[in-house]
Amino acid sequence: MGTRNFLLNLAKKYVTVGLIGLTISDRYVSIVPVRGHSMTPTFNPQFGSSFADDRVLIEKLCLERYKFSHGDVVVFSSPSDHREKHVKRITGLPGDWVNTDLYDAVVIPEGHCWVTGDNPASSLDSRSYGPIPLGLIRGRVTHIVWPPQRFAKLDKQIVQNNLPI
Amino acid sequence: MRFELLKYLRGWSICGKAKDAIDQSLQFTNFLCLLHLTNTYICSTTIVYGPSMLPTLKMTGDVLLVEHVSPLLGKLECGDIVVVQSPDNPRKTISKRILGMEGDKVTFLLDPNQTHTRRTVKVPKGHVWVQGDNVYASKDSRQLGPIPYGLVLGRAFYRVWPPNGFGSLS
Repeated sequence: MGTRNFLLNLAKKYVTVGLIGLTISDRYVSIVPVRGHSMTPTFNPQFGSSFADDRVLIEKLCLERYKFSHGDVVVFSSPSDHREKHVKRITGLPGDWVNTDLYDAVVIPEGHCWVTGDNPASSLDSRSYGPIPLGLIRGRVTHIVWPPQRFAKLDKQIVQNNLPI
Repeated sequence: MRFELLKYLRGWSICGKAKDAIDQSLQFTNFLCLLHLTNTYICSTTIVYGPSMLPTLKMTGDVLLVEHVSPLLGKLECGDIVVVQSPDNPRKTISKRILGMEGDKVTFLLDPNQTHTRRTVKVPKGHVWVQGDNVYASKDSRQLGPIPYGLVLGRAFYRVWPPNGFGSLS
């Protein structure tokens, strides 16, 4: 009887921790690994070492209001496959003109944004699939948390690819 | 001696109260977390109004039950009524009917108010084609283009209000 009680208590504790953890990772903060080299100077600076994938902290409170600014790094689900998550930098917001290779210059429609990788050579981004709806964004990256020696707050760095008007 | 014992007992009872309070607040947070998880992953309610789904959903506002399991598992089908985050404004949701999954060819009237020109498009990978049941007054994929699957929040399956419309939506 004693062991059963103990097990029941343990299960209760696990459920509590799981529920609270899931909610926090859903609504407030979570940690995701960054794969690939599309953001290379910022994340994953060394080529070829997949062990040392950077892990980043993303905050989700920005999803209450969907206010973003130029230079924010965001996590979003890919428009062509919703299970894939991509990490890119916002370089254009609604109303901006953006210069592209594919089209000459496009204006970003309401409720969309333009995302590009920091390493244009190996990045699949808005240059190939166009502006993405803000609703696909799942969070904003604030810190690099792993590996420990690279722990840092992310700074907003504004990439100039907008046409002057 | 007696005084000390009393003090000890009082301290103990305060400690017990604190423990009770912590336990209760933990239970309360637990409940809120459970509510949030059910709301985002299993089932929630939503109010739909507007003319865009007219014969099916009334204009004055219907309360629908929305389940979030089938979009997560990728089990949506043509003909389902879905709740979608609007591509124009991420804080707004719209409810439409799916008319084409990825790879399907969809033929639609460009502007039924004026012309009868038809156009056929192929729905790209990872997108769905949604349209309102009332083609004359609906802003949907005909204007917004195919909608990325990631914007689909859930599938409406049951109407709970108004009472005379209570029942399954299929």
